[in-house]
Amino acid sequence: MSTVEERVKKIVCEQLGVKESEVQSTSSFVEDLGADSLDTVELVMALEEEFETEIPDEEAEKLASVQDAIDYIVAHT
Amino acid sequence: MSLAGKIALVTGASRGIGKAIADSLAAQGATVVGTATTQAGADAITDYLKSAGYDGFGIVMNVADPESIDAGLKKIGEDAGAPLILVNNAGITRDNLLMRLKDDDWADVIETNLASVYRTSKAVLRGMAKARWGRIINVSSVVAGMGNPGQANYCAAKAGVEGFTRSLAKEMSNRGITSNCVAPGFIDTDMTKKLDDKQREAMLEIIPAGRLGQPEEVAAVVSFLASDAAGYVTGETIQVNGGMYMG
Repeated sequence: MSTVEERVKKIVCEQLGVKESEVQSTSSFVEDLGADSLDTVELVMALEEEFETEIPDEEAEKLASVQDAIDYIVAHT
Repeated sequence: MSLAGKIALVTGASRGIGKAIADSLAAQGATVVGTATTQAGADAITDYLKSAGYDGFGIVMNVADPESIDAGLKKIGEDAGAPLILVNNAGITRDNLLMRLKDDDWADVIETNLASVYRTSKAVLRGMAKARWGRIINVSSVVAGMGNPGQANYCAAKAGVEGFTRSLAKEMSNRGITSNCVAPGFIDTDMTKKLDDKQREAMLEIIPAGRLGQPEEVAAVVSFLASDAAGYVTGETIQVNGGMYMG
């Protein structure tokens, strides 16, 4: 079983079309990985599916970086 | 069979333009799920699809009721899969001059003809975004552009649908999802049979083609918009009205 970090990074790569080597925990989705607003919505949907959880909109808005996403998933699943 | 393997959801498919659209998409190979407001209507859809040898079935869905839409989409997901083609066709009229129009006439038409388009579109977008392919086709009306006495509610709803369609096109086109309207003019259906002879004559006078349109002539344009060939057409409203109104 992969770790949460590995699974989150894999989804980020798939959704944003970036290479694994480009994705650091500190990477910001918008500033570092070039996500637009629709990308971030899709990313959250993909995370919800992977981790079988619901991320409320007000929480989703706060997920700006890979680490934010990892922390959220760890805390809520 | 350009639509083979794709699931098409067509609202209001038991008769009229919706039935012709369901038929046309099924003929292109799509698996068609048609909605009706009654079980008898849903059964009729299943029957005509099966008897023509097409894939698909009818379901009961009231597009004015969010819960009914959720339940219907869930059933489609279980029985068929995620729709990649959505045709918002279901519509009603509650005509009256504005000075006599009731609040319910206004609200019913806005709910059924406009709010429903928002709800069904939102419900199918996730599947389309994942597939990086989708077609949302909304049946508007010539009166959205022209205006029509006695139809302030209907014209407002249909013009709203056209604006919605353009916004959606801007949001989703980079995901391979197109969003367009087809605006029928005076088509030979139960909806236009309600008009009296005098109204009918007056309409024919302003139609250069000199005749009513047939549901199949609207369905043909919907089928084109649903096809891969139409991938670069988005945010557009195509008039199908015999020249009655040219935008």
